[in-house]
Amino acid sequence: MDFQYAPAPESRDVVDIRPSYGLFIDGEFTDGHGEPFKSIDPSNEETLAEIACADAADVDRAVKAARTAYDKVWGPMPGRERAKYLYRIARIVQERARELAVLESIDIGKPIRESRDVDVPLVAAHFFYYAGWADKLAYGGFGSDPRPLGVAGQVIPWNFPLLMLAWKIAPALACGNTVVLKPAETTPLTALAFAEICRQADLPPGVVNIVTGAGDTGRLLVGHDGIDKVAFTGSTDVGKQIARGVAGTSKKVTLELGGKAANVIFDDAPLDQAVEGIVNGIFFNQGHVCCAGSRLLVQESVAEELMARLKTRMATLRVGDPLDKNTDIGAINSAEQLQKIRMLSEVGEQEGAQRWSPPCELPQRGFWFAPTVFTSVAQSHRIAREEIFGPVLSVLTFRTPAEAVEKANNTPYGLSAGVWTEKGSRILWMAERLRAGVVWANTFNKFDPASPFGGYKESGYGREGGRHGLEAYLDV
Amino acid sequence: MSAAELRAFLHGLPGVDQVGAEERAARLATRSIKTSAKAQAIDLAISMVDLTTLEGADTPGKVRALCAKGVQPDPGDSEVPRVAAICVYPDMVGVAVEALKGTGVGVASVATAFPSGRAPMEAKLADTRAAVEAGATEIDMVIDRGAFLAGDYLKVHEEIVATKDACGDAHLKVIFETGELVTYDNVRRASWLAMRAGADFIKTSTGKVSPAATLPVTLVMLEAVRDFRAETGRQVGVKPAGGIRTTKDAIKYLVLVNETAGPDWLTPQWFRLGASSLLNDLLMQRRKLATGVYSGPDYFTLD
Repeated sequence: MDFQYAPAPESRDVVDIRPSYGLFIDGEFTDGHGEPFKSIDPSNEETLAEIACADAADVDRAVKAARTAYDKVWGPMPGRERAKYLYRIARIVQERARELAVLESIDIGKPIRESRDVDVPLVAAHFFYYAGWADKLAYGGFGSDPRPLGVAGQVIPWNFPLLMLAWKIAPALACGNTVVLKPAETTPLTALAFAEICRQADLPPGVVNIVTGAGDTGRLLVGHDGIDKVAFTGSTDVGKQIARGVAGTSKKVTLELGGKAANVIFDDAPLDQAVEGIVNGIFFNQGHVCCAGSRLLVQESVAEELMARLKTRMATLRVGDPLDKNTDIGAINSAEQLQKIRMLSEVGEQEGAQRWSPPCELPQRGFWFAPTVFTSVAQSHRIAREEIFGPVLSVLTFRTPAEAVEKANNTPYGLSAGVWTEKGSRILWMAERLRAGVVWANTFNKFDPASPFGGYKESGYGREGGRHGLEAYLDV
Repeated sequence: MSAAELRAFLHGLPGVDQVGAEERAARLATRSIKTSAKAQAIDLAISMVDLTTLEGADTPGKVRALCAKGVQPDPGDSEVPRVAAICVYPDMVGVAVEALKGTGVGVASVATAFPSGRAPMEAKLADTRAAVEAGATEIDMVIDRGAFLAGDYLKVHEEIVATKDACGDAHLKVIFETGELVTYDNVRRASWLAMRAGADFIKTSTGKVSPAATLPVTLVMLEAVRDFRAETGRQVGVKPAGGIRTTKDAIKYLVLVNETAGPDWLTPQWFRLGASSLLNDLLMQRRKLATGVYSGPDYFTLD
């Protein structure tokens, strides 16, 4: 019997998007002096709001406010007092969870199921976790009285705007730093909602400053002489520019960059759960995930069976309105990103890989891309090398565990990897050999504030999360 | 087939990762089924109910009352579909057959020394034959969990084959009592074992052991029937039983069927819900959806 799910949209009424937003500097919303830009809803291309753009003077103002707050208030404040603010922020995030989830889905195009069940709960969890560290830094393994760095300049991407903000701001504040954060150009709304949360939590002015803008604003921020620390999550290209820019200065840097993660399926894997793991690995957040399992390495002896199961499963994915509670795959974040995904998919076809998507009707307006899998992919194909950052999976096969390791590591990236096998000893054997910051065993895309996250090679350096994440914000 | 071959086959099935299976079931449980979809799901669920009474205190009067309810669940609304079957002990089959004559509602009987299955094979088969002779159209047998857990898969296989033979034209549902098999690997093995031995349906539980039906156990069984049909061409039904009490629960099971085995299983012929108190909640939610207001429990019959 045909069982069609009726539309089940989450209400937009819980959010109040203002026609225009200013910069958040020294606890106040102020005008920017650059050319304002628009943030749009990628699911229908409608304008959501006009966003101020910070120019050099604005960035300077923000850095000075952060410096003053660091010198006068936040730096000298005992850890147990800082913790209170962080706990308060965490609780407000929980209280406003529904609003933040809806806002995130509208601005990015990600399914409400994910923003509601993954992004926002993790945001609160990060603030709770680092709140707990604020008065226990002496026990983090960085000496008996580790000192903060000062002012952190932080630049975050558009794929998990609020979660990346939490990854950056929570440990920075817990360690006693103040921050100037630049959200991505296409997804500033939840960062600006977070600015309101800072006010609601009575956070002292200047401790958190948010400057909106495009790449220029980011360059001004990380190049500013008044900051002590640069934290960046984004593309490897921009990461390299930043690394070059800060070379020779005293700024500390952490970079979390691109990835082309191998998800390795052995013939003794729990196949049905592996299929779920593959789907979650590449189609989570439309594949806009730096640690996405975009390269599937399958043992050749089960490749055919696994692909049949995967295709059956992909046919049940529900693509559409990000605010519908039953949507599995939402909209691509921007026209520019859609263009890149299309281009690389065409390259994949030209290179001889076989392209397949389940029958699925895409909305007329907005930016959409059907979940796609490429089989018969070779290591030498561009779609096996380059980060597509979209719902596109490249499938390769291997014969032996050693070949799996060799192929998995044969990439300039090294952010994450997955291993699927029922054999515990093989999991450990693989984890020892995979050059990736995170190795998931019989799961994928699992995050926890207590677990460090970061890359090998061109996926960046430094760790975020856990005790390890404190190091990036302490003078050690 | 030898015991060794059967064992090798069952142990060669892909494993089930517990965390992954539970996560998948939990995620499907977040599907939001509203308005027209909810109305469709409620009627479908009602038509899939095996309305059950399995008490030592069952009497002909109790069974007749339950039969009347199954034929006409809501006396105030003739649009409400009837249930799939009434499920009783073998000695009550005659009463149920009489009460359900000409209604289209089936008579299911538990058999084979339900619920423990701890009886000599002759007794189990006699139990089955008695139920079939009394007119049961469906037999719900229990497997020998002791034999299964001891690794004697061939014994379990042979018992199912013999019971299937004793069923004649009656459909055979094989109850695993998954609360006693415990692991999902065991559930998957039991599913394949029963399907290969000729089961028409595989069923989670007797309702006498906790936990009874759960979403992840049903997920694993639905994967098994899906894979079995792909391999052999024969379709086998699934019946979770026990612990399904609310409309919300029932809808979660329907979503699970829809997105795992597929819409081919979304009929009473291939999917059943073994339950008793569930029916009134379905009726209550059905009326709420139609009228916009909740009617109190006294507006639905207690049988």
